[in-house]
Order: sequence, then C-alpha cells, then structure tokens
Amino acid sequence: MILLQMEGVGKNFGGLTALADFNLSLAPGELVGLIGPNGAGKTTVFNLITGVYRPSEGRIVFDGRDITGLRPDLITRCGIARTFQNIRLFGNLTVLENVLVANHLRLRSNPLEAVIRWGRYQAEEREMVAYSRALLEAVGLDHLAEEEASSLPYGQQRRLEIVRALATKPKVLLLDEPAAGMNPAEAEELMDFIRQIRKDFNLTILLIEHHMRVVMGICERILVLDHGLTIAEGSPAEIQKDQKVITAYLGVETGA
Amino acid sequence: MSQDLFFQHLANGISLGSLYALIAIGYTMVYGILRLINFAHGDLLMMAAYMVFYGMLIFSLPWWLSVILAVILTAALGAGIERVAYRPLRDSPRISVLISAIGVSFFLENLGTVLFGGRAKAVYRPDWLAATHEIGGVSIMTLALVIPAVTILLLLVLSYLVYKTKTGMAMRAVSRDYDTARLMGIDVDRVIGFTFVTGSTLAAVGGIMWALRYPQIHPFIGVMPGLKCFIAAVFGGIGNIPGAVLGGFLLGIGEIMLVALFPDLAGYRDAFAFVILILTLLFRPTGLLGEKIAEKV
Repeated sequence: MILLQMEGVGKNFGGLTALADFNLSLAPGELVGLIGPNGAGKTTVFNLITGVYRPSEGRIVFDGRDITGLRPDLITRCGIARTFQNIRLFGNLTVLENVLVANHLRLRSNPLEAVIRWGRYQAEEREMVAYSRALLEAVGLDHLAEEEASSLPYGQQRRLEIVRALATKPKVLLLDEPAAGMNPAEAEELMDFIRQIRKDFNLTILLIEHHMRVVMGICERILVLDHGLTIAEGSPAEIQKDQKVITAYLGVETGA
Repeated sequence: MSQDLFFQHLANGISLGSLYALIAIGYTMVYGILRLINFAHGDLLMMAAYMVFYGMLIFSLPWWLSVILAVILTAALGAGIERVAYRPLRDSPRISVLISAIGVSFFLENLGTVLFGGRAKAVYRPDWLAATHEIGGVSIMTLALVIPAVTILLLLVLSYLVYKTKTGMAMRAVSRDYDTARLMGIDVDRVIGFTFVTGSTLAAVGGIMWALRYPQIHPFIGVMPGLKCFIAAVFGGIGNIPGAVLGGFLLGIGEIMLVALFPDLAGYRDAFAFVILILTLLFRPTGLLGEKIAEKV
C-alpha cells in the first residue's frame, strides 16, 4: 500500500526548472530522507506536496485521493503537516496558542454556533486545550505554555514547530532541516525525539536534512536530488558509496 | 482656562476620541492581516448613517431596529467589498489592491450621491440623547456619555473576541504569517472575511454615533472621519489594536484641546490631524505602540 505518491512531478519558475520528473512513493510508517546540495529542489518538493506551489506537471496522490493543486489548508486537513527550514512559529502567540491554532481545523463550531450552542462550543474548547497541553507535556514544553513563542530558545522553538505540526493530526509529517544549527548532542536528542513521535503518533515521515549523522542514523531510504533531478535512491549504505552523490556533494576530482 | 471649562473640553474630547478609536480599529485590523489601507472604510460610516436615516423615515421602523439592521447590513457590505474588490487581487501586488480600495471608496461616495442625493439631510436626534446634564459644574449631553460607553463596551467584546476565542487566535496567526497559517489548516479567506465583518460592524456603530453627534448627513461625511481615523491608526501603530484605540483617543482629545486653548486656530482643526500624521511618519513611522516592522518573507 502507498500512502503518498508523486508521479512525474515537475515545477518550473519561468525558464528555471526547480524540479523535474520527480517520483516518490511513501509506504505507511516509512521514514525517508531527502538530501542534496543547496538549491537542489528539496524544499520545492515540500512546497509541492503541501500545495504552496502548484505542480507544472505530474500528479500527487495522497491516501487514494488526487491532491494535485489543492489549497494548502485543505491538504493539511487531509493529513499532511510540515515544519520549516527557517522556523516559522506565530511569534506573537503563546506556546499553547501555537498548538491550539493548529487544532483549529478539527473544530466543528463556527463563531455563530459559539453563541448559539454555547455548551458544545465550551466542550470542544476544553477538549482542544486538554489535547494541546497533553502534546506539550509529551515533549516537555508544558511548563512554557504561557510564554510567547518568540521568547523560547532556538532548540525549543524547533521542537514546538514539530508539536504544532502534530496538532493537525497528520498521517504524513514533512520535516525541513529539523537539525539545522544544532550541535551533535542536540542532533542526537532530536533523532530520539523523531523516533519517539514516529512511534507514538504512527507517522510516516519525509525528512530533509543536511546533517548526515541524522540522515544516515534514522532514515530507512534516501533520495538524492541535484539541480532538480533525482540522482540516486537507496539505503543509507548504498547512498554513501554512490559515486554520483559524492560528486554532487564534493565536486569532480580534476587530476592533481 | 477654568477647571470646569477644562473638564468640559476633556469630556468633549473623550467623546470624539472614542469615535475615532472605534473607526480606527477597522483600519488597523485589515492592515494587520492584508497590509492594506482599506480606503473604503470611511464610506461605510456614511452608508450606515443613511441606512438608519431611511430605515426610520421610509420604513418607519423604530430607531433601535433601524440601528440593528443598519449595523448588520453594513457588516455585510464590508465583507461584500472584500469579496468583490480585494479577494480577486489576493495574489496581485499590494498597490493594485490599494487602487481597488480607492476605487471602491469613490464608487460608494458617488453611489450615495445618486441614491440619496447630494444635499445634506438633517438627522433626527431623540430628545433623551440631546438632553444635557450638569455634573460637577460641567454640562454634558447624554450623547457625549453614551458614545464612550458604547465604545468601551464594544472594545471589551472585541478584546474577548481577539484574545479569547479561537477565531481571534486564527486572526492573530494569520496577521503574523499568512502562508504558515494556511499550512496549519486555517481557512485564511474565511478569517479575512470575518475580519472585515468585525471592522465594518465597528465602523457602522461609529458612523451612526457620528451622525448623531454632527446631525447632518451627506454622501461625503465619511471622508474626513475616515482620513482622521486612518491617521489615528498610524499614530498608534498600524496593525496594533490597542494602538488604534490609543491613537484615536489622543487625536480626539488633542483636536478639541487645540481649539479650546487657541481659539484662533479653530480653522486649522482638521490640519491638526495631518500634522500629527506627518510628524509620526517622520519621527516614529511605526507609531506609538507599533512593533518594529519585520518584512514578511
């Protein structure tokens, strides 16, 4: 069974091809890495999956449903969530509110109903707050619930961003360089964290990462992009030996 | 100036300032989310005032019913404007939306002239509102008490809405980062529509109270209050709701005090607001309570 499938997906910006003929299938529960030099098109893949960009060609199917060109908020509702390379929390909201906002989509009552059916609204609200608090507790951020998100240290902001994504109750989680700017100890901790949430939330994960220790440490399968093209695919051991990958990262040896 | 006279002017200034505050909120909320100065906002005041006028005159509705209907219709009009004139331009450069807003403003003013005629009409002011009270040597019209009271009530409702409800939370999230909000499953268009409904509701109440305070209406009455409230919003820090309230009150009180202290300058009353705008833009472009403007990425 395939949960997320991309078939021949491409994206052009004017004359520039950011991604060409990209194919990906994620089976439920898999943890797949997406690597490549800067500008290879990795984040473009995320933007295409989440509906930020509309593909120039190809098709994206999620859970048996064609989601090509669907609005980002509707794709999120289908069960795909993401984090960002540069942290994009709602800095003006509290930690708890950041998580609550992502819960928002699962609520049925609208502002009018909030007035008319006060009881149900209150019950939903309570349930939502309890769930968000439980999430924060699970990742050790509950004591910071009332702090402004922008006041958190970097590592915790990264964590909070992942929690916020989890609050949308995704089936697939897209992580864009979660270990960026982390030292080896922090990266190690992050790997444990990713393993943990993958198990606890039954997630399928697609991970963009430059931190090779992290990628090689937790991914079961890796795709390598360079200049918008998929140049290799395989297990971490295979990728490490692949000549094309080494060339893409280190350049060609020119004698000497 | 005697103490009594000072309080007299202060009461007057607070009453005017609360009107400014109420209307300035609409500018600031829309700016916070769309980075758009909604120039049509001022004309909503005019539309609301005419709706009450005709509701009572033609349909012989009781005043309270006309007011309620006018507020609802103005809120719908505000949301309708967003739908027709701004939403289709969501992905266009900001200047296009701004031009569209100016277009809507001219459209409403001219529509008003066609529908209601260009001649000013006298507004009926109920006796109980016009009655004056002596409070500690200061004589105050009931209306001058009602206006701040209504404003404060609406401000409380608004802050509950923005800071305590999930729709308000979504509004704050959208105003911070539009694209990310979308990726968290928030229906951004709905949140924007709701923002316009809220701002237009406040504008409608403000417009009706404005017409009671200066009981004469014509199709261009929204222009000057609209501009001044825009200035109040910039002065307080555009995008910031408490800022708009502060800016509104300071502008209203300042304007009244200027005329009171320097009667010779009475003719420059309107210029006062524009001087404030120029000074704000020169020395503190982010306004009194504005945050540093971080360009959205």
